[in-house]
Amino acid sequence: MDICKLSATEMAACLRSHELSATEIAKASLERIQKVEGTVDAFLTVTEDEALAAAAKVDAQIAAGEQLAPLAGIPVGIKDNICTKGVRTTCASRMLENFVPPYDATVIEKLKAQGAVLTGKTNMDEFAMGSSCENSYFKPTRNPWDITRVPGGSSGGSAAAVAACEVPLSLGSDTGGSVRCPASFCGVVGLKPTYGAVSRYGLVAFASSLDQIGPFGRTVDDVSLLFDAISGEDKTHDATSKAGNFAARIREVKGLRIGLPKEYFGEGISEEVRAAVLKAVEEYRAMGAEIIEVSLPSTPYALSAYYIIASAEASSNLGRYDGVKYGFCGDRGGSLTDMYETTRSEGFGDEVQRRIMLGTYVLSSGYYDAYYKRAKLLQQNIAKEFEEAFTKCDFMITPVNPTTAFKLGENVNDPVAMYMADVCTINVNIAGLPGLSIPCGLGKGNLPIGLQMIGPKWSEGVLLGAAKCYETAVGGFAVKEM
Amino acid sequence: MNEKYEVIVGLEVHAELCTKTKIFCSCKNSFGAEVNTQCCPVCMGMPGTLPVLNKQVVDYAILMGHALNCSINRVTKQDRKNYFYPDLPKSYQISQFDIPLCEHGYLDILVGDEEKRIGITRIHIEEDAGKLIHADGFEGTLADYNRCGVPLIEIVSEPDLRGAEDAKAYLEAITSILLYLGISDAKMQEGSVRADVNVSVRPVGQKQFGTRTEMKNVNSFGAVFRAIQYEAARQIDVLEQGGVIEQETRRWDDANGVSVLMRSKEDAQDYRYFPDPDLLTFVVSEQHVQQLKDSVPELPVAKTLRYVKNFGLVRVDAELLASNKARAAFYDSCVSTGKNDPKLVANWIMGDIAKYLNENRIEINDTALTVENLTDMIALIEKGTISNTAGKTVLEIILKEDRKPGDIVVQQGLGQISDDSVLQNIVDEMIAANAKAVEDFKKGKTNAVGFLVGQCMRASKGKGNPGILRDMVVAALEKL
Repeated sequence: MDICKLSATEMAACLRSHELSATEIAKASLERIQKVEGTVDAFLTVTEDEALAAAAKVDAQIAAGEQLAPLAGIPVGIKDNICTKGVRTTCASRMLENFVPPYDATVIEKLKAQGAVLTGKTNMDEFAMGSSCENSYFKPTRNPWDITRVPGGSSGGSAAAVAACEVPLSLGSDTGGSVRCPASFCGVVGLKPTYGAVSRYGLVAFASSLDQIGPFGRTVDDVSLLFDAISGEDKTHDATSKAGNFAARIREVKGLRIGLPKEYFGEGISEEVRAAVLKAVEEYRAMGAEIIEVSLPSTPYALSAYYIIASAEASSNLGRYDGVKYGFCGDRGGSLTDMYETTRSEGFGDEVQRRIMLGTYVLSSGYYDAYYKRAKLLQQNIAKEFEEAFTKCDFMITPVNPTTAFKLGENVNDPVAMYMADVCTINVNIAGLPGLSIPCGLGKGNLPIGLQMIGPKWSEGVLLGAAKCYETAVGGFAVKEM
Repeated sequence: MNEKYEVIVGLEVHAELCTKTKIFCSCKNSFGAEVNTQCCPVCMGMPGTLPVLNKQVVDYAILMGHALNCSINRVTKQDRKNYFYPDLPKSYQISQFDIPLCEHGYLDILVGDEEKRIGITRIHIEEDAGKLIHADGFEGTLADYNRCGVPLIEIVSEPDLRGAEDAKAYLEAITSILLYLGISDAKMQEGSVRADVNVSVRPVGQKQFGTRTEMKNVNSFGAVFRAIQYEAARQIDVLEQGGVIEQETRRWDDANGVSVLMRSKEDAQDYRYFPDPDLLTFVVSEQHVQQLKDSVPELPVAKTLRYVKNFGLVRVDAELLASNKARAAFYDSCVSTGKNDPKLVANWIMGDIAKYLNENRIEINDTALTVENLTDMIALIEKGTISNTAGKTVLEIILKEDRKPGDIVVQQGLGQISDDSVLQNIVDEMIAANAKAVEDFKKGKTNAVGFLVGQCMRASKGKGNPGILRDMVVAALEKL
């Protein structure tokens, strides 16, 4: 049995049937990491000792005949912008190269409480800004399906680690598509939950009103498992978290209305992506779903609104990296301004600096009304359009990315081309909705293509249920042999 | 001050609220702890941490809003004020920008005998920053983050104050209300109340305001007074010499008694305010706002007027008494027993008791004095059982121990002597011993009687009934 290829659900079953111990699973995961990391480079930090200690605890629980929590003994990779007590959390930035948080994010507390085995911290675009994982200060991560290509971003390490079977599960974060894009490029399942469904406490903020932590897995059930473990209101730590009225997990799609927003299938979407998504739609029709066309007219403006809101919030959120308290510090010999300037010029990479400058500009007095205020109004419009569309359909299907994974370096010098990769995903964050990315076939060069399902707030149960129906109908998702 | 000019002052008062915990985390809100011991990842702005609003802060601010006759914005939000400074760990202060919790209020103050109504523009909630320390023997700057996240209210007045006296009266009224509401320690010397002072001058009779300057963080009543006087004089000087006042921020240097330019209008910071996405809009129910309104106690100005009207106190005395919450509450309790003349009670509290409290730097509730003991003691004087002098002796004891004044009088033999034969002996002795006073009396100097009565009181160790003694002295002198 190749332990690493097992899904989390299968691992959990093996633990309960005593076919495998948690230590065996942890060791298998660590060995796999050792074997493929040289090619994939998904991890920034591997926490071998902590993982084995956590696994030993689970084995002791099993020996004592204790009831196991759903994630007990399951290896999970954590995006390096989620704070882990005592374990370096870098955001893939020089700025936080040596930052060791004295606290756990709420999601980490929840995982630890379940006995999950945290195997390490995964690579990402610096401060989650990017769509290719190339903006990491440390190294680029490579796509397991084609190591000359990007894994997508910003949660590229988390997606690649799951795709390469280094871990069955991982956590990423999604501000404009950062879970769904790499899930699609790497051929795995990735969920961006409803805004407020998962506590953001301990997630290093990029754009507070858009950020959500989301799970990756190779199967829909695995993503469900991890989502259930991390979701829930966090009254003491996150005022924006909510106890949502979640829809129940559905078991069939018969009679459901699936909307295809026409703006998502037009120009700019590659032929193979459009064809693969529409083929999956036909699969749903065959299962008894009704397919209708819907319209979200503000879609073309969403990218501008997104880059204004996200950059504005980022410019404020990232102000704290000033060399005073923790992290990288530039020149201490000169004036206070010298210290600020050198710290922030040398500590942040180009993309981060670009967004801080953009955000600072749009919030400046005299420009606030023209940019930030208008973007916020547009945000309300977009949310309203979704609400209206959801009176006509239960959920929507769209592409995740316009293309399959691009080559490393291909878009590095063209920020706008890079931003376009997010064109199908950002609306979901702008409207605070749940979005699920699942594989829907392979394109040219055997590269995975992703399908995005978008539902109303708190409809994760519908999305995951409908995704499971598709997964069953197509006989499961392909796993890359490495 | 040049009488051709009128001095216009507006104050922005920052008051730290004495909530149990800080505004956005569960750290203790306490003053004077060892550096960097009252802080956590949240108030130190560490990556990934988030604020959660302490509802007590909202309640306290609404109480102040009611006390200052403000309208309360039930739907409000918190905004980020972005700027870089080492005492501000997040590089932004969570404050309120365009929708303050309370606005459009007023405060009536007494300046001398004049009552003035001062407009309150707004009251908003915000978090305090840390403190930078320059320690001996250390070249760099140290940061203490204990104060980060301590809740503040900022109370902004309209430019309705006319000079330093007004400003002082206003500040005293504000701090006394803060204490009355129990929402702040209101200690300027500990920095729990700080003021930004806006000053402008204009020729008397001119309607339009002059250009104002702002002085930041003026830290005592005295400093506010001095800063206004200095700055007004400086501005008048500039104008008299044909100059122009620039809108600028100045720093008040109290040690040297001068204001110094900090930054001009051109260098004004752009704080890039925007709604804090971590906190969102919050709503206070109408019912809760009303409940808070109902819980506002009688405030100093109302108390002063009641003391004058109902108890016949002199206005200055009434104001002084009312300005101290603890003493006023004690006074009200005493008066409500109905045992004494309210004026007598006020005299004791503001006289001997106040003197004792000031000397010992304590408050009335820190003593053993009870309402029952004080009112009993005063009643003994009013009934003539003991003299005023003996009353002082009793007071000294009941300030330190909870003992019945009646028992003290008996045990220490402080009761007044009204026995004529005993008193007559004293009078005869004193007349014999003070020939000069007797001579004076014969020459028509009637104040010699007072002197002789005083001598008799001394001889009786304060126990003689002064009324009877006076009659006896007069009778004896007339017989001579």
